[in-house]
Amino acid sequence: MTRVLRRFLILAFIICLPALMPQTSSAQTMPQQLRVIDTPSDGGGSLTVLWAPSATDSATAKYQILVHEGGLPQDPAAWKVVAEFPANTRYVREGKSAWWTRSGDPNDHLFLIKNGKGLEVKSGQPYAVTVASVSGQERLIAPPVVASAEPNWMNWNQVNNLVLALMFGAVVFYAINLAKRKDIFLRRIPGLDAVDEAIGRATELGKPVLYMTGAHDMNDPSTIAAAVILGRVAKKAASYETELLVPHREPITMAVCQEITKQAYMEAGKPDLFKDDANFFITSDQFSYTAAVDGIMLRRKPAANFFMGSYFAESLLLTETGASTGAIQIAGTDSDHQLPFFVTTCDYTLIGEELYAASAYLSKEPIQIGTLRGQDLGKAFILSVIGIGTLLATVAVLTGNGWAQPLLDLFKDLK
Amino acid sequence: MIFLRRQLPLLITMITGLVMAAQYYVPHPASEQLLTTVTKWLQIIGGFALVLGITSLFHVHAAKIRRKEAGWAYSLVLYVGMLGTVIVGLWNNGKESIDGALTSFGWVYSYTLVPLQGTMFAILAFFIASAAYRSFRARSREAAVLLVAAVIVMMGRVPLGEYILPLSGDLSSWILNVLNASVRRAILIGVSLGAVALSFKIIFGVERSYLGGGKE
Repeated sequence: MTRVLRRFLILAFIICLPALMPQTSSAQTMPQQLRVIDTPSDGGGSLTVLWAPSATDSATAKYQILVHEGGLPQDPAAWKVVAEFPANTRYVREGKSAWWTRSGDPNDHLFLIKNGKGLEVKSGQPYAVTVASVSGQERLIAPPVVASAEPNWMNWNQVNNLVLALMFGAVVFYAINLAKRKDIFLRRIPGLDAVDEAIGRATELGKPVLYMTGAHDMNDPSTIAAAVILGRVAKKAASYETELLVPHREPITMAVCQEITKQAYMEAGKPDLFKDDANFFITSDQFSYTAAVDGIMLRRKPAANFFMGSYFAESLLLTETGASTGAIQIAGTDSDHQLPFFVTTCDYTLIGEELYAASAYLSKEPIQIGTLRGQDLGKAFILSVIGIGTLLATVAVLTGNGWAQPLLDLFKDLK
Repeated sequence: MIFLRRQLPLLITMITGLVMAAQYYVPHPASEQLLTTVTKWLQIIGGFALVLGITSLFHVHAAKIRRKEAGWAYSLVLYVGMLGTVIVGLWNNGKESIDGALTSFGWVYSYTLVPLQGTMFAILAFFIASAAYRSFRARSREAAVLLVAAVIVMMGRVPLGEYILPLSGDLSSWILNVLNASVRRAILIGVSLGAVALSFKIIFGVERSYLGGGKE
């Protein structure tokens, strides 16, 4: 009987054990190690909230971010809930900051308090912030922290970009110095070889040359490159005594190109042939400009059409009309989405960087050629990084372990 | 004079270039304020430059009408259209509608400019067809590859094409996301490096032909 009683008591103890035990690991816990800091590398107006992960984090449990403007509230009801999300989300490792500016451990939880949802985060003003862990009806709130946002003078997340730009700049200037001392091979670019041929053809036919500088204004590097090439084309046209027509979509570009053309005519020794209205403004409206230039092509029938710079939907409207008039057409653009149209309808196309290389190719100046060599070295560096990254990623997947992860993270953040 | 024509513009270019490049790395509101101010300056300069552009437009077309050049009647139409629009715009204080009703200025915009722009854009469809016909003829091995790829992509991008040839959807995605994307990226890397190198040359005065040529 005693044995039976003992067994019964043991069984009862086992059944009641969970109720007798204190809160176990499956129960909810208060957010631990709460830190609220001014978000680094920003313009103010943002606070970063960090707290340690919990063993109870799951998709069913939730975290709430509570904020009170102007320090700790007297009334607990004054807290404002600015966000609520599943407890197994929002980690430091998922944040946008690079690894060298990370504020906490990659496994910590992270939340950025920004303007919006009825809250305005002002620089210099104190804010009380806390995190509540919510599970069912239960809500455990961490001790609040007071912090304020301050603007920063340097965005350290972009420092990799700065370092790469400076390195690339140094390589370009080194290559320029190298080009001054020794000859550098320049590969043939058929589109640029054809410039002389196109202008020569226009001269033989007694027809004008039409040159377009693209849709963008002088802020855009492609427009500057187009303006630089215009100088070479205008010089050649001046020496051949061929009429040059340069319709524009942007008045500032027109003024700059007018100066470039004038200088080109002077350098060619034909200043008397220069006409002020060789460069003329049409309109900044895309399709009105296109209609006007198409009209010029159909009425004046230029023998050579140059399309340099940036283009949008008007590219095919222009080049198809030009092709229908029988003109020799040379395009050069960095608008990759328009390249197929140019390749299809033009006799020669300068693809992407060739537009920037044109100035060097046409002038053959050591400074310009050196810049090209610098670009090539930059490309070699980028290709090497892509090659190494691809190799590492492939090996990491094949071997199935995480040894390459830190290196891959490094590549990812250096992008 | 050489200083005003050469050194001063180069100095302004260098200082402005460096400050605006630094602005990219400075998140402080003062930096944002600087960018806003510079943008406003650009708008003001653009406004003045527009006067320059319109003067050029008037001059070119006035010369055509005076000399009775071929197509001078189009220049006359331009004059009538432009001056008419300006007068109507001033008459309506630049408002396109008042209390939901179109003003004469709004009428010019909605029933003249918009249909003309639409017509130009619509022509693009015909030009695409003629350009496609020209480039998709399988005259060489490369052109044949282009033709096959284009047919697959076109089939895969429209529901009917994918219904007729179910594999075309996946194949088209692969062509666009793998073959096409890799080439586009290669072009973009080259373009970006070219743009950065050109920017360096302009900021440090190595490239100065945009000032009107000259190596002095």
